[in-house]
Amino acid sequence: MKLTINGNLETIDHEKITVTELLKLKNVEVPQMVSVELNGEIIDQSEYEKIQIKDSDAIEFLYFMGGGSFGI
Amino acid sequence: MNFSEDQIYRYSRHIILNEVGGEGQKKFLESKILVVGAGGLGSPVLTYLAAAGIGTLGIVDSDVVDLSNLQRQIIHFTPDVDLSKVESAKNKIEQINPDVKVNTYNIRLTSQNIVEIIKDYDFIIDGTDNFPTKFLVNDACVMIGKPYSHAGILRFNGQTFTYTPGNMCYRCIFKEPPPKGVIPTCSEAGILGAVAGVIGTIQAVEALKYILNKGKLLTNKLLTFDALTTQFREIKLKKNENCAVCGKNPSITELHDYEQPVCEIKEQ
Ligand SMILES: [Zn+2]
Repeated sequence: MKLTINGNLETIDHEKITVTELLKLKNVEVPQMVSVELNGEIIDQSEYEKIQIKDSDAIEFLYFMGGGSFGI
Repeated sequence: MNFSEDQIYRYSRHIILNEVGGEGQKKFLESKILVVGAGGLGSPVLTYLAAAGIGTLGIVDSDVVDLSNLQRQIIHFTPDVDLSKVESAKNKIEQINPDVKVNTYNIRLTSQNIVEIIKDYDFIIDGTDNFPTKFLVNDACVMIGKPYSHAGILRFNGQTFTYTPGNMCYRCIFKEPPPKGVIPTCSEAGILGAVAGVIGTIQAVEALKYILNKGKLLTNKLLTFDALTTQFREIKLKKNENCAVCGKNPSITELHDYEQPVCEIKEQ
């Protein structure tokens, strides 16, 4: 299926995939440092395992960013 | 207030702009902006706001200048090492523009003191480096209806948005600070100094636009910057009606101090 991930059109070799699986597939190592927006809606972390991503969905990974001085 | 001849000349490149003019410059001179953090983001913000003639600049920071700060915190110079950041920044601002009155707060913001400090300012800049303070600034600004500019930077990336009452807030995107255990170790940190300059300068521009009431602010969107590809992206976002602080039935009605992860307490 085709997905728009962070603004880039990408083809994913899956027919369906959960948010958790997509995070893993995209090598997001620490999902707690990311907020996920799916088709314009921020989704709850507790829903990551349940929500199925469909063809032509748009996903944004929004990263926590501090001030650059420390480990964040 | 009337401009002196020197002021007309000093601010002439503002005054000839249609969107600023004498009236806008007067607004700058009569406005009060608080900058939280005189570090990587706060340095360009303070420098440009001082040069622009913002009448009162407040600076909150409890740190002293460290040699490792100078790679990006351009308001501090080599002889300032070990001086308090607020004093160091104040010295520079007074040299940049004697029209600016500087208020210094050599303290760490807490749930107990933040409202008292921010309430008299027109606009707040979040230039902090840690999540507890970012959430505190957001919550306090939402609760008392104060506009502010958020920013975060990491490695070659940065992001910023502007909050004004009724629009999306930080908690609409990020519910709460990341759990301590997942925050990468100190050795994985780092920031290309100039990235702080790019993002901080955008924060200064947002503050000036807010004071002028001209143009469109970065509300309900997150601007992200990737220095490695020189790409800016605007991610459209919206106010979350279930947001814990700005939603319809907020569960956070009092300010809260989050614990500071150990790695953040002392630099290096
Ligand atoms: Zn909110």
